[in-house]
Amino acid sequence: MTDVVMPQMGESIVEGTLTKWLKKPGDKVERDEPLFEISTDKVDTEIPSPAAGTLGELLVQEGQTVQVNAIVARISENGAAEGTRGDSRVSAPVVQAPPPPPPQPAAAAPPAPPPAPAVVESPKEPSAPLSPLVRRMARENNIDLSKVAGTGAGGRITKEDLESFLKQPASAAPAPPPPVSAPSVSVPAVSVPAVPIGQAQPTARARVEAMSNMRIKIAEHMVMSKRISAHVTTVHRVDMTRVAKMRAKHKDDFAARYGMSLTFLPFVARAAVEALSAFPIVNASIDGTNIIYHNEINLGIAVALNNGNGLIVPVIRHADEKNVLGLQRAIVDLASRARARQLKPDEIQGGTFSITNFGSFGSVFATPIINQPQVAILGVGTVEKVPVVVDDAIAIRSQCYLALTFDHRLIDGALGDQFTAKVKSVLENWSEEVL
Amino acid sequence: MRECVVEDLGRMSYGDAFEIQSRIAVERKQGQGIDRLLFVEHPHVITVGRNGHPENLLAPEETLRRAGIELYESDRGGDVTYHGPGQIVAYPIMDLRAWKRDVGAFVRAIEQVLIDTLADFGIEAGRIAGMTGVWTNQAKIAAIGVHLSRWVSTHGWALNVSTDLRYFEYIVPCGLTKPVTSMRALGVHVDIEEVKAALIRHFGEVFDFEIEREIVGII
Repeated sequence: MTDVVMPQMGESIVEGTLTKWLKKPGDKVERDEPLFEISTDKVDTEIPSPAAGTLGELLVQEGQTVQVNAIVARISENGAAEGTRGDSRVSAPVVQAPPPPPPQPAAAAPPAPPPAPAVVESPKEPSAPLSPLVRRMARENNIDLSKVAGTGAGGRITKEDLESFLKQPASAAPAPPPPVSAPSVSVPAVSVPAVPIGQAQPTARARVEAMSNMRIKIAEHMVMSKRISAHVTTVHRVDMTRVAKMRAKHKDDFAARYGMSLTFLPFVARAAVEALSAFPIVNASIDGTNIIYHNEINLGIAVALNNGNGLIVPVIRHADEKNVLGLQRAIVDLASRARARQLKPDEIQGGTFSITNFGSFGSVFATPIINQPQVAILGVGTVEKVPVVVDDAIAIRSQCYLALTFDHRLIDGALGDQFTAKVKSVLENWSEEVL
Repeated sequence: MRECVVEDLGRMSYGDAFEIQSRIAVERKQGQGIDRLLFVEHPHVITVGRNGHPENLLAPEETLRRAGIELYESDRGGDVTYHGPGQIVAYPIMDLRAWKRDVGAFVRAIEQVLIDTLADFGIEAGRIAGMTGVWTNQAKIAAIGVHLSRWVSTHGWALNVSTDLRYFEYIVPCGLTKPVTSMRALGVHVDIEEVKAALIRHFGEVFDFEIEREIVGII
């Protein structure tokens, strides 16, 4: 037997109110699984089970306030039947569930809409707590929650439970009339069930969903950039054969030594850094009628977040101080932390030039939008083997398109092409060692 | 120094912000990510804490809906409260094991952040023993309600800056029959962003954080 006690929640806290049991007597519990909730001083806390086993008698009922360290229940280790230790009181739980819940939630006639819904929700709600999401889904789909079996912790009804409930044949769900005048348009409709329920379902021609904060910022930035800069895109074809050979030669070694794969991107980044050093105006920004030449080369790398959930451009600081290894390492690190939402603010600020690698999604070339307040962005198309004419013979070469979008206010066409030609030349005549 | 990232979610529904909180909290419980302070402004919504007393809701749900007020049951501590425009709702999602394992200290520290912030704007606010929250002259200006799971906090506080206080008439705030007030009602007309900046500053001081503001960099 393990005693479950009211935990010590802080120096000044001498007692706590047990507000909710998440398990019933006789339930199996895992160690660390949420077992009950307590309330102390406007703080509600979920308390995990101290041991695995079967929950025995509850010594403290919901709503009772007890001293810290008071025993609130006991857990008998797995296998040991209740009552093994001659605990005479324990026989009850398993057989006889706690006070029978509401008399008859029978499957009889569809209930008339509850008369005065003065209470938060319909009274027939299950006792396990519900998340706002579940509540909202239930309300919007007119689901009677007492008919849904919860599979979550403590019999909680989860979003998945509702989704599978919605997919059941319609018969069981006699939808009461929808609430009169649902107020706002701002409430995003939760996913429309795949299987139409009966025919009462309104033919939904569209779904309204509020933009995420990130999406709003992306939208504002894109339009702002298009308005501010005079976008021009120039495209150069680059022979990547030398780089491809270099990469093929070192790929396995690189992966074995550093635990990450060697991609084309750090080669392009390295070449871009060389070109930025040669053409500092591409590494500049505009401030009114002044040109700001940045002494640092801070390279933004556009990262697509999972499932089209936005874009973020973390910055490789002092990219001119890094070789291919250093750049690859920085790219992998920033991209993975961007996707895990673990970037720090200064890691997405202060970029002076950006690279976007749409080639990784199969694009041959595209015309990217400038990341303000920068004045140019280099787009990298997919690298593929193509037949080309070399010395009047047809040869197979690895090739890609590099697209430079530049701000024509500051960068003339000729300069934009000179810059891109420099990137191309570094890549085609690659001479730096990788390992 | 421990780090905390501040993120302003802007105007966002209670449910959507709840999901963002939950995602971050799950990560923190697994020992990943960093502590965050989320700011959000909710559209009109009344929330009932897990230990809320429905009788503190003074209007039927139907009436609230017609008034454009959403209704949620929340897993935070505390009773019934209202959120809406002009109110700074802040959700500190912190691993308290790295600070103090003490719910009392946590709530008192949040109160301190609010008291210090209000003092910056010339408002003398304080505590009332046994009634968590921040008070000016027996009126509540900021409400507090927190949820803890594995010592990771969610939910937090709501500070009335220019809140339309009439919306509180639908409820008995926090189950107490004391009036509510706002900075504006006390004659302080201030830009909400200035108040957030002060909150961030004092939050950093009280919790000993190095604060960074999240700015999304985008192409």
